[in-house]
Parts: sequence; C-alpha cells; structure tokens
Amino acid sequence: MAPTKSASSSKAAPSSSAIHSLWQAYNDETPDRLKFVDAFLVFIMLSGALQFLYCILVTNFPFNAFLAGFSSTIGQFVLTASLRSQVNSENKDEFKEVSPERAFADFALGSIVLHFFVFNFLG
Amino acid sequence: MPVAYPLPKDLSPATVANTASLLRIVALALISGAAIASRLFAVVNFESIIHEFDPWFNYRATKVLAEKGFYEFWNWFDPTAWYPLGRVVGGTIYPGLMATSGVIYSFLHAINLPVDIRNICVMLAPGFSALTAWATYMFTKELKDESAGLLAAAFMGIVPGYISRSVAGSYDNEAIAIFLLMFTFYAWIKALKQGSAFFGTVAAVFYFYMVAAWGGYAFITNMIPLHSLVLILMGRYTNRLYVAYSSWYAIGTLSSMQVPFVGFQPVSTSEHMGALGVFGLLQIIAFSQLIHSHLPSKQFKTVVLGSVISIGLLGTAAIVTLTVRGSIAPWTGRFYSMWDTGYAKKYIPIIASVSEHQPTAWPSFFMDLQFLIFLFPAGVVYCFKQLRDEHLFVIIYAVVASYFAGVMVRLMLTLTPIVCVTAAVALSELLDTYIDPQEPDASAEVADVAAPSDNASAATPSKKVKKAAAAASAAPSNPISDLVNANAPAKTKKASKSRGIFGLDTRIAVIFNTTMMLLFFVAHCTWVTSSAYSSPSVVLASTNPDGSQHIIDDFREAYYWLRQNTAEDAVVMSWWDYGYQIAGMADRPTLVDNNTWNNTHIATVGKAMSSSEEVAYPILRKHDVDYILIIFGGLIGYSGDDINKFLWMVRIAQGVWPDEIQEPNYFTPQGDYRIDDQASQAMKDSLMYKMSYYRFSDLFGGQQATDRVRNQAVPKVGPTLDYIEEAYTSENWIVRIYAVKKEDPLGRDLKSANAFAEGKKRKRTKPMTRRRAII
Repeated sequence: MAPTKSASSSKAAPSSSAIHSLWQAYNDETPDRLKFVDAFLVFIMLSGALQFLYCILVTNFPFNAFLAGFSSTIGQFVLTASLRSQVNSENKDEFKEVSPERAFADFALGSIVLHFFVFNFLG
Repeated sequence: MPVAYPLPKDLSPATVANTASLLRIVALALISGAAIASRLFAVVNFESIIHEFDPWFNYRATKVLAEKGFYEFWNWFDPTAWYPLGRVVGGTIYPGLMATSGVIYSFLHAINLPVDIRNICVMLAPGFSALTAWATYMFTKELKDESAGLLAAAFMGIVPGYISRSVAGSYDNEAIAIFLLMFTFYAWIKALKQGSAFFGTVAAVFYFYMVAAWGGYAFITNMIPLHSLVLILMGRYTNRLYVAYSSWYAIGTLSSMQVPFVGFQPVSTSEHMGALGVFGLLQIIAFSQLIHSHLPSKQFKTVVLGSVISIGLLGTAAIVTLTVRGSIAPWTGRFYSMWDTGYAKKYIPIIASVSEHQPTAWPSFFMDLQFLIFLFPAGVVYCFKQLRDEHLFVIIYAVVASYFAGVMVRLMLTLTPIVCVTAAVALSELLDTYIDPQEPDASAEVADVAAPSDNASAATPSKKVKKAAAAASAAPSNPISDLVNANAPAKTKKASKSRGIFGLDTRIAVIFNTTMMLLFFVAHCTWVTSSAYSSPSVVLASTNPDGSQHIIDDFREAYYWLRQNTAEDAVVMSWWDYGYQIAGMADRPTLVDNNTWNNTHIATVGKAMSSSEEVAYPILRKHDVDYILIIFGGLIGYSGDDINKFLWMVRIAQGVWPDEIQEPNYFTPQGDYRIDDQASQAMKDSLMYKMSYYRFSDLFGGQQATDRVRNQAVPKVGPTLDYIEEAYTSENWIVRIYAVKKEDPLGRDLKSANAFAEGKKRKRTKPMTRRRAII
C-alpha cells in the first residue's frame, strides 16, 4: 500500500531499519492477491495526486470536471480498499456475511454506480 | 419448566414460521391501509385539491414536467415569478418530488390508467406514508426484532406528528423525504452491521434521492458522520465501519453534487465538512491499523500513532483555516439560527417571520405523539442497555432530533420517526416480557434466595434451569416464545431463569393496560388528524348554528376573478405568502413569492405596503404593478390576514431602508399596535391600512364598525384612495384586489387630479350640457 511509504518516510528518522522491516513484513505476510489490489491502489493514488497537483498548480477552471475526476479516484480508492479489507483473510470474523465473491460483486456494483455519477458530472 | 398458559404442542417450526410471516404481511398491509386511509379526511370532507402555499409551486412545477417533459422542466426559466427578475426554477428547487410524481404519472399512463396529474400530486403523500411505515419496520427490525418493527410501523403509519405534513393534498417535499430518510438510515445500519459495500451503495443512492427531494438532507449528512465519530471515539472502529462509511461517503457526496441546487456545496460549505472530516479520519485509522498489523516493534507503533494523530490535527487545522479564510462558506442563516436561537429574530426577520420556525411548546409534543413521547425515553434506555452499533445510532438520533424539535416546531417531523422506533422497541420489550409463557423456576428462585453464599447448591439448579430453558425454546412445543424470541440473543434465555413473571393475573393486567393505551393512541391519532391537520387552507370551513358546514371560498373566488378578468401579463403584487397561490391559481406574474431568495425584493414590497400612497406609487409604477392583492380578515374574523402580518412587512422593509421605514412609527405613543382612532399617523397613511379598511365602515350602515380580528372599532370616516382603486372584493371581504391607476394624462399627480375632479364636478356639468344643447 502506497500510503505506507509516504507516511512512514516522513517519520523515517528513528530508524531506516524499521521501514525495512515493515516492508519485509508486508512482503512476507501479504498474499499475492492483496498485493495485486495494493498495486491498483498505488496507481489510483498516483493518478489522484497528479490531478490534484494540476488543479493546484495550473487551474481548477472546469471545477466540476476536476471534482468528477478527483472523486472518481477517491471513490475508486476507498471502494478498492473496502474490497481489500473484505477479502483479507485476517478480517474473516468481522465480515461474516460477506464472502469474497459477494465482496467483489459489491465492489463492481459500487464502482459502476460511482462511474455513472462521474460521467454524469463531467459535463 | 412451568408455563403460565398452555401452548399447542403439535406445531412444526415451519408452520410457526410460515404463519408468523403471513401475519407480518397481513399486518403490514393493514398498516399501509390505515396510513393511507387516515390521511384522506381532507379529500373526503372537502375536495381533492392542493393545500397550503408551497405545494402550489410544487404542483405547478409538476404540471410543467408532466406536460412538457423532463428536459423542459430541468431547464425551466419562469419569467412570471419575481416579476422583473424571473426565476431559474431548474437550479433553485429540489426536483425529487416532481420527478417522482412525473415517473408515477408516466407509469400510470403507460399502463392505460390516465390519471390526472393533480390527483397524483394530491395522493402522493398518503402513498409514500405507507412506504414510510414499511421503511420504519425494516429499520426497527435491525434494532430489535420483527414484532418491534411491526409496532413501529403501526405507530409511524398513524402518528399525527407525521400526518401533519403528509395529509392528502399536502404536496410538499416532506411527503417523500421521511420515507427516504428512514430508508437511508436503514441501509446505513445494514451496511454497518454487515460491512457490506452493497448496502453502502444503496444508502448512497437513497441519500442522493433524499438530496434531490428535501433540503433536510443535511440532517443525514451530519447524522451518519456523527454516528461514525462516536463509534470511533468509543473504540468501536471496525473494518465494517470503514467499508460502510467510505462507500456511502464517496458515492453519496459525488451523487449529491448532481443536484443543481446543491452544486458544489458538499465541498465548499461548513454543513458538509463534518462528513469530509470523518472520512479523512477513517482513512487515517484504517491505514494505521494496516501498519499495526505488519509491525512488530512497539516504539515504531507509537511513532506511527503520533504521526497519524498529527496528520489528523493538521487536517482539522486545514479545515478550520479554510473556513476562517472564507474558502469554505460558513453556516447559512437558516442552519445557524438553530444553534443561536436568537440569531434569526435579530438579523434575518424573514426567517423568524415564518410561524413554523418558532420553538415548540410542551403540549404540541403530546398532541403530536401522545403516549409515544412517554415511551420514548424508555426506548432510549433500552438502547443504552443493548448498546450495539445500531443502538448508538438511535441514541444519537434521539438526542439530536429532540434538540432540533425543541428549537423549531417544523423539525418535529424529524423527531417523529425515532420516537416511533424507540417507543415501539420499549413497548415490544414490555410485551415480550409479559407474553412470554415461561415462568421462572420457583425452586431456583428459592435456592438462590436461600443459599446465596453457597455457590455449589445454587449453581446446580440454575444450570438445570438453563438446560431446560434451552430445550424448551428449541422444542417445537413452545412456538410462541420461539416467535417472540426469534431474534433475541441467548441472554434472554439466561435471564428467564431468575427473572420472569409468575401467574396469569399480572400478565393480563399489564397486557390489558398496554392494549388500552394502544387503543387510546389510535383514537387520539384519528381525532387529532381529523380535527387539527385535515383542513385545507385554501377553503375555510366554519359551522352553521344547525351543525351543517359552511365553506368560505374567498381565496379561489378572488384568484379566479384575477385569472379571468385581467390581462394575462398583469403583474400582481402581494405579500410573499400568497405568491405561489397566485401563480398557481390565478396564473399571473407576481413580484415576490414563498421562495424567499431575494430579501431586497421582498423588502421593496414591504416598503410599498407600509408607506403612504405618494411614496408607494412610484415604486408600484417602476415595477409595472397592475394589481395589489391583500388579505383582510376583519369582517369574518380570519386572523391570518395582512394587518396581522403587517409588522413583519415593516420590519423587513426597515432592514433595508432604516431611515425611511421605522417600526416604532406604527405604534401608538403608548406602544400599542392599534387600528382604531388612536392609530398612529404612519399606520393610517400606510397603503396596507388604507387598502384593508377602504369602505369598511360603510358596510355597517352608520353603526360602529368593528374589526373582528383586532376587536377594535374602526374610525367612522374610512380612508380614501387616490392612486389606486378598488377592483375586486370577495364575498366575505377576505381578498381585496386593487388596481393601480395610470398616471394622469395631464401630468398632474393623482392626488390633486382627484381633488380637482371631486371639487369641481358640479360646476363642470352645467356648461357641458349647455354646450351640447347648442350643438
């Protein structure tokens, strides 16, 4: 997960070995599927950051277009993060009624609804 | 296991379950029927028309939607409202209500049921009240069980606090909004319980519908974040909360911005910042949890925690700075006046002038909720005892809504659902206890009492009892307790060993009392609905001495006179209360209407009404006013007339022109507001006074004329009018319409022209006839 890097690097002063151990632990403990989801999350985050930078540095003129694009990244990010926590086997007892397949269907439905509103709002 | 009354033994669990669900369906159908039927008093007693003021605009907009289609409605610019300015309707309304009736209209026409759009508008609120009862059932089911849900649905179906805003003919936003409110909350609870993004999405979609339907959506926008925040602060953060909140917020916020009237508000006003803040907080917490799960070292955990807290503080600081700098708009006056209750009266008289915005008196709580208001705290206490996540929601909702309902009469409407829910929970808990046929084991009781210190002897019987209770509830021989305890956790079973009710007499006493209370509730609701909330304000009903009904229909009489006897583009000036009705019924352009978006324009009308004719006339001419319409109740004692509203006109005008209009001028030197001989000069000169009492004293044929609203004697010599003339006065003098005269052709001011015409009339006539004779 990308926020791992950005947030912890700011607090990197205590020991760089801690970050290293975190990375190590993440690499060791996380199943491949979740890593795949995390890669998607990193991509979404980069895309959102890029849009936000453009908005700040250049212009926010079609504000609805900016909001549509930016909230599509945010919405997709949280939906994917929700999917990640739902399918994470560590959280199995928290999500008793949501199987991984159900979680994926929910994710798909949520994304479709989200992108319907995004397209409508782009103008 | 002793039982208080015998139970049928040969029923299979499947039969019990099927019967229970059949009973539920029948009960819900009957509740829907009761909810719809109890709202029809106004239609049955009078006729199927739109009541009140606001619904007339909604109706007019819906007619545009039904006749011209959705795109025309969406881009509708109404040049007849706010006369010189016009109104962009598509961008200044919540279109959910009109769209709903439009969809129903098209659907009914598609299946060859050509129903008039007016009847759809009239019957929309009763129809949706049935849905509200169902949504309340679903919501309460999540809190306790189906039986509590049914009780809540029954309460919600007939409770006067909700009926008052949803009788047939009351075509207002609240008609569908309460259903959407309850269903959004239901979906939210469900999403939170299951941690399902699906229900989060459903909550977001219904939130979107709610945003499109009612300005009260801000209540949801703040309730859900508040609930989440309390959950976090109580250490109840779970991944389910993250999933539910994130999916609701991300989709809900984006969708709410699709409504043109809301626009960018969700990212730029203070009302919505709480939701954004909690969203950010949840991301931080979720992220730190993820790191926690991967990190072994303890120091590093504290470092991460510190950085997370500092990020949170930075975010809060950022929101605060943006608000202070003005990038995020502060609270609007309407919202702010709910915290600072003196604010509206001081700074925005137009908000304070609406009678619905006054604080609520105690009797109206009882009037609207009857015995539910007494069960309400008991239900909240029950929620405290259970205290699952959804119970916290109910507690917060109860506290917040109670406060708002205390501040503003109109917000009683948002309190009503939660009162029904909590009261139903409390009552069903009571009934559960007293209907449950299992009696506590007397021997266990005795053993517990006899040997409280001796653990061994006490434990054995209680263990036995527990086993027996489990067996009893599992066995098919005990269907009713099965049914009652369907969703109850094992705790009640445990409780039933030591606590419970002995014998039939106590049960019957309590259940009989409860039943009587419920019956009285039904009687009260019916009585309140029929006597207080089912009177259309368009027609006034009074009773003749012989008991028959006498209908005063002056409003429509006058509006139809306007509609049929004036030019189509004749501009009508009236106080803003009647703007929508004039546009809806008389179909004429108005200067101001109930959508009070332009305070200065309203103040202009207030100034014209409260100043003398000479001052008012240029204002009238500049605004192309052809007719002035006022409401006068002095003849038949209709108290909601314009003389009683006159002080608000003065106040609103004074807010804009403080040096021309001063409120104290309209009082007598003693500080009284009078209309008789002692009335102040400004009062007597004001256009409103002159129009109201013009020719009024003639009506009494030389006797003392009395104003029956103010109970004051009207001066014998009535006011005279120079710049306007009486055009129409309705049968009971409720509506009086005056025409504004054109400028004098000779360029004199109208006052001297009138004086000239009156003074010289006799001398003029003779030469005229003589000349004619010569020719």
